[in-house]
Amino acid sequence: MSAARQNRFNLFAAHAALILYTLIALFPVFVIVINSFKTRKAIFREPLALPDAESFSMIGYQTVLKQGDFFLYFQNSMIVTVGSLFFILLFGAMAAFALAEYRFKGNTLMGLYLALGIMIPIRIGTVAILEMMVQTGLVNTLWALILVYTAQGLPLAVFILSEFMRQVSDDLKNAGRIDGLSEYRIFFRLVLPLVRPAMATVAVFNMIPIWNDLWFPLILAPAEEVKTLTLGSQVFIGQFVTDWNAVLSALSLAILPVMALYVIFSRQLIRGITSGAVK
Amino acid sequence: MTALTLTNVCKSFGAVEVLKDINLTVEDGEFVVFVGPSGCGKSTLLRVIAGLEDATSGTVEIGGDVVNTIPPAKRGIAMVFQSYALYPHLTVRDNMALGLKQEKQPRSVIDERVNKAVSMLDLGAYVDRRPSDLSGGQRQRVAIGRAIVREPKLFLFDEPLSNLDAALRMNTRIEIAELHRTLSASMIYVTHDQTEAMTLADKIVVLRDGRVEQVGSPMELYNNPANQFVAGFLGSPAMNFLKKAPLTIPKGGALGIRPEHLRPAKGGRIKGTVTHVERLGGDTNLLVSTAEQEPLTVRIFGQDDTQVGAAIELDFNDTQSFAFDKSLQRVAI
Repeated sequence: MSAARQNRFNLFAAHAALILYTLIALFPVFVIVINSFKTRKAIFREPLALPDAESFSMIGYQTVLKQGDFFLYFQNSMIVTVGSLFFILLFGAMAAFALAEYRFKGNTLMGLYLALGIMIPIRIGTVAILEMMVQTGLVNTLWALILVYTAQGLPLAVFILSEFMRQVSDDLKNAGRIDGLSEYRIFFRLVLPLVRPAMATVAVFNMIPIWNDLWFPLILAPAEEVKTLTLGSQVFIGQFVTDWNAVLSALSLAILPVMALYVIFSRQLIRGITSGAVK
Repeated sequence: MTALTLTNVCKSFGAVEVLKDINLTVEDGEFVVFVGPSGCGKSTLLRVIAGLEDATSGTVEIGGDVVNTIPPAKRGIAMVFQSYALYPHLTVRDNMALGLKQEKQPRSVIDERVNKAVSMLDLGAYVDRRPSDLSGGQRQRVAIGRAIVREPKLFLFDEPLSNLDAALRMNTRIEIAELHRTLSASMIYVTHDQTEAMTLADKIVVLRDGRVEQVGSPMELYNNPANQFVAGFLGSPAMNFLKKAPLTIPKGGALGIRPEHLRPAKGGRIKGTVTHVERLGGDTNLLVSTAEQEPLTVRIFGQDDTQVGAAIELDFNDTQSFAFDKSLQRVAI
C-alpha cells in the first residue's frame, strides 16, 4: 500500500475492527481453555476468572486420559480427516483436470452433474448410505467414514479446482507434451503445484466439518475401537450429570490437531496468494 | 528434402471450420513465417503441425514421415511459446534438460547439448536460477534454448516476441535470424506482425479466415500481391486503396498505391489537402484527404516541411500501382 493512501485514522479503524472481531471469535475458545484447568466448583462460581493457585486443577485432563481410549479416538479422527482430505484432493483435482483440460462430449453436463452435490446435503441419504455400508460390511470401520466424507467433499472440490485449472497456462501444458511428459506427469508436476492455493482452500473448507462431525460417526461407526474424538467426548455429557471438567478438557485437546492442520494449509494459502499477486 | 508437407489439412472445432484445405511445403533449412490477423488460424495450424491438435482431415508429413497419429514428443519438433511456458519449479538448466531426459539420452549428451545452448544464448550466469528470477528477455532465451537442445527437424515459434518490449523485440528478432543462420534448421514462425514477417522470412505464408491467401518470398509478396488483402497487410504504412482512381479500374474495385510510391508533384493526378503530418526524422508521413474525400498516406523520405492544411498534388508511376476487382482479386492495369 502506498504511503499516500495510509490515513492514520483509517488504519486505526481497520485495526480496531479486526481486533474486535478477533476477540469475539476467540472468546469462546478462551473460556473453554481456561475453564478446562479449573475445579468443578470454580468453573461454576466464576466462569470467566483465570485459574489461580486455589482453583487450578488438572482433574478434567486426568479424567479424559484415564478414560483410556482417548488417544485411540484422537488417532481415529486424525485418520478419518487426513484420509478424507487426501482422497478429496486427489480425486477432486483429477476430475477437475479432466473437465478443464479435455474437450469431450458432455463435458459441461458432467461438470454440472458433479456440482449438483454442492446443493444437495449428503445427510438426506443417510439411511441409504447406512444400508449400503451394512451390505458391504463397512459398518464400524473408518473406511465407512472416509468414503462418506470423500463423497461429501468432492463436489465443491471439483467445482473450485476446475475453475483454477482453467487458468493454468495452456502453453505450459503443451510445452510439457512436446517435451514428452505423460498426462499424469503434466498433472502432478506442472498443474498441481500451480493450483496449490486452491487445494489449500479446498482442504481448509473440508477439514473442519469433517473433524467436528458427530452425525456420521454416530450412525456408521459407533463402535468403541472406531469412535472419533467428537463422538468419544460425548461420553462425558450425560442426560442428568455432565462432567464439565472432562468435556472442556476434551474440547481443548481436540482444538490442537485441527489448528496444526490449519496452520499448514493456511501457510500454503497465503504463500500462493501473494506469489500470484506480486508476479 | 522437405522438412514439412501439409496436404489438404482441414481443422474444425464443432461446426466452426478454422483451417480450410491447407497445402504447404517447407524445404530443409527454410525460414517460413505464417502471418495474418488474429483469428486467422495461424496458431491453430502451428498446433496441428506440433501435434497438439489433430487435423480433422488431411496429412501432415515431417521429414518425409506421416505424423498424423504420432504424439508431439516423437515428431522431431521443438516449440517456443508466446508466454515462454517455462517450468516454474525447475532451474534454467533443468528446464532445458527435461526434454532430453524424457528421451532417455545419456547424461553426457544432455550436458554437452545444454552447455552448447547456454553458451550460444549467453545464459551462463543464469543456469541455476529459476524462471521467476529472470527478466522477460532472458526467459524467452531459455525457451529458445529448450528448443535448441532437442536438435529438432523443425522449430516452431508461436509469436515468441509478442510479450517483449519494442527494443528487446528487435534484438531478439536479430538473435533468431542469427540462430537460423548458425543452425541452418527449418523453422516455422507465427506472427501477426508484418515487420517480423518481412525481416525474418525466406518464405511468407499469408493466412486469412483459415485459408492460405498467398505464399512467396517477402519481396514477391510486396511487389506482386495476389489480392487486396495481401497488398494491404504487408508493408508499413499500409497500402492506400482509392475507389475513385485516376486510372481505369474494374467497377467496384480499387486502385492500390503504396505510401512510398506517391510523390508530391505539380500537376499530379491526385489532388488533396494535408490533414496530419507525422515527422519521424528519417522519413515523414503525410496524411492526405483527396478531393474525393478518400484518406491517403504519403511517405516522404527525409524531412519535409509541409504544414497541416496545405493543398497538395500527388503523382505515381502506373507500374507501381495495383488494380483490384470487386472480389478483391488483383487484375492487370
